[in-house]
Amino acid sequence: MSKRKPYVKPMTASWFLNNRFHTLYMLREGTSVFVGLYSLILLWGLAALVKGEAAWNGWLGHLQNPVYIVFHVIALVACLYHAITWFSLAPKAMHLQKGDQKLTDKPVVIVHYVAFVVASVVIIGVVALGGAA
Amino acid sequence: MSKHSKQYQRADEPIFWGLFGAGGVVAAFATPALILITGLLVPLGVLQLDYASVNAFASNWFGKLILIAVIAFPMWHACHRIYHAMHDLKVDVARGFFKVFWYGMAFVVTIAAGAYLIAI
Amino acid sequence: MSQAMMRVTVQRYRPEQDDAPFMQEFEVPYADDMSVIDALHYIKDNLDGTLSYRWSCRMAICGSCGYMVNGVPKLGCKTFLRDYLNTGLTVESLANFPIERDLVSDIGDFVEKLEEVKPYIIRQDAVSVQDGEHLQTPAQLTRYRQYSLCINCGLCYAACPQYGLNNEFMGPAALTLLHRYNQDSRDQGRDERIDIVNAEEGVWGCTFVGYCSEVCPKGVDPAAAIQQGKVESSKDFVMSKLRPRRSS
Repeated sequence: MSKRKPYVKPMTASWFLNNRFHTLYMLREGTSVFVGLYSLILLWGLAALVKGEAAWNGWLGHLQNPVYIVFHVIALVACLYHAITWFSLAPKAMHLQKGDQKLTDKPVVIVHYVAFVVASVVIIGVVALGGAA
Repeated sequence: MSKHSKQYQRADEPIFWGLFGAGGVVAAFATPALILITGLLVPLGVLQLDYASVNAFASNWFGKLILIAVIAFPMWHACHRIYHAMHDLKVDVARGFFKVFWYGMAFVVTIAAGAYLIAI
Repeated sequence: MSQAMMRVTVQRYRPEQDDAPFMQEFEVPYADDMSVIDALHYIKDNLDGTLSYRWSCRMAICGSCGYMVNGVPKLGCKTFLRDYLNTGLTVESLANFPIERDLVSDIGDFVEKLEEVKPYIIRQDAVSVQDGEHLQTPAQLTRYRQYSLCINCGLCYAACPQYGLNNEFMGPAALTLLHRYNQDSRDQGRDERIDIVNAEEGVWGCTFVGYCSEVCPKGVDPAAAIQQGKVESSKDFVMSKLRPRRSS
């Protein structure tokens, strides 16, 4: 008769706290909550824009509330963390090689950071130049 | 022996993964600058977003496309991650309901944003 | 001069008498060049002969000596006591696998999954031995070479929370092995493997935690293979809508 009795360690819902890498993974996934809430805030602004100038200014007024300022500071940090993780994972989805040599991830990651800076400058520049007619 | 007779079902994940990926790109490249503008620089008076200029931007097709992209795609991204994070946190009750709930929410936000933009 | 000693904490589980694993501490003579399996050998030879653990080659190619070292999946042969002087050293069996005895885990499910992906060259055309070898250029080799370096140690399964949460998921090494054959220019078996790729248990069970690639002792990067599998599966999804494939 077999004396086997394999023991299965239970995995608790807080498994990701036991390992730093796993904790950072859950933080990465958690950034999506702020990304989603910010989408809803933009949708709210768009709704205000449709209603007219008074509603639009009302929306801008709400965003001056310290609660929203604090939220946006946290959301900005979360979103930047999302961006860092996104850029580091982006090269994994493709196999790039030149001749018989596989290319390293680094150039692809650098291109992403350059594009990030360009996109941010363009977006802020457009608003700075055209935000007030 | 291995389970060679096992039947595998095609997952519908590619649709949601595609939208998640598009949202991830937008949230990485555009959203930080947008949060900085609408959430901090404008409320603190550094930059202005007055009604006339924003309305003008949202009135042309190029502006409408940009606006729906920055509102809808990140929402799909967020809902996809939250749906999967529920499984990560071992909240596995009513998977079917929550799938409809989260992706449904992203769908509603997309339709709402589209409708508002058409109305402008 | 007295010999420097180091405390090593080892997970024990004796199925005949224990209901659950417990931790046992041993004092081991310390040397700069001692690996974790050297320490386990010392314990087995001098302190407790009943300690069970797997090991073989001592040079990171057999893939037998995977353990959790301070909660991180490691090969016992290329993990050294000198790196744990400040933190202490705790050795447990690989996470996410049932514990058979002490540090020996039951990796049967992992081996079945490796088999399941048809990890061999499949040809649709009929060629005989007289036709000669299937030639391959260095550039064609580069497409899959990295993924062929896997030693089946199972560290990536111990690192993968998705496998831990649901072991229906094929897991990092099996999906990487599948990708390795699909990327091989000599292989024509993609259609026989695509159903696994497309399934929830296939690439879609992965949420790109990325820890598999972090712990891999051979630099295989399973997370990248799975990510490329997702791209493949997405293309196949679109193609199946445009031009339905066989229904099986």
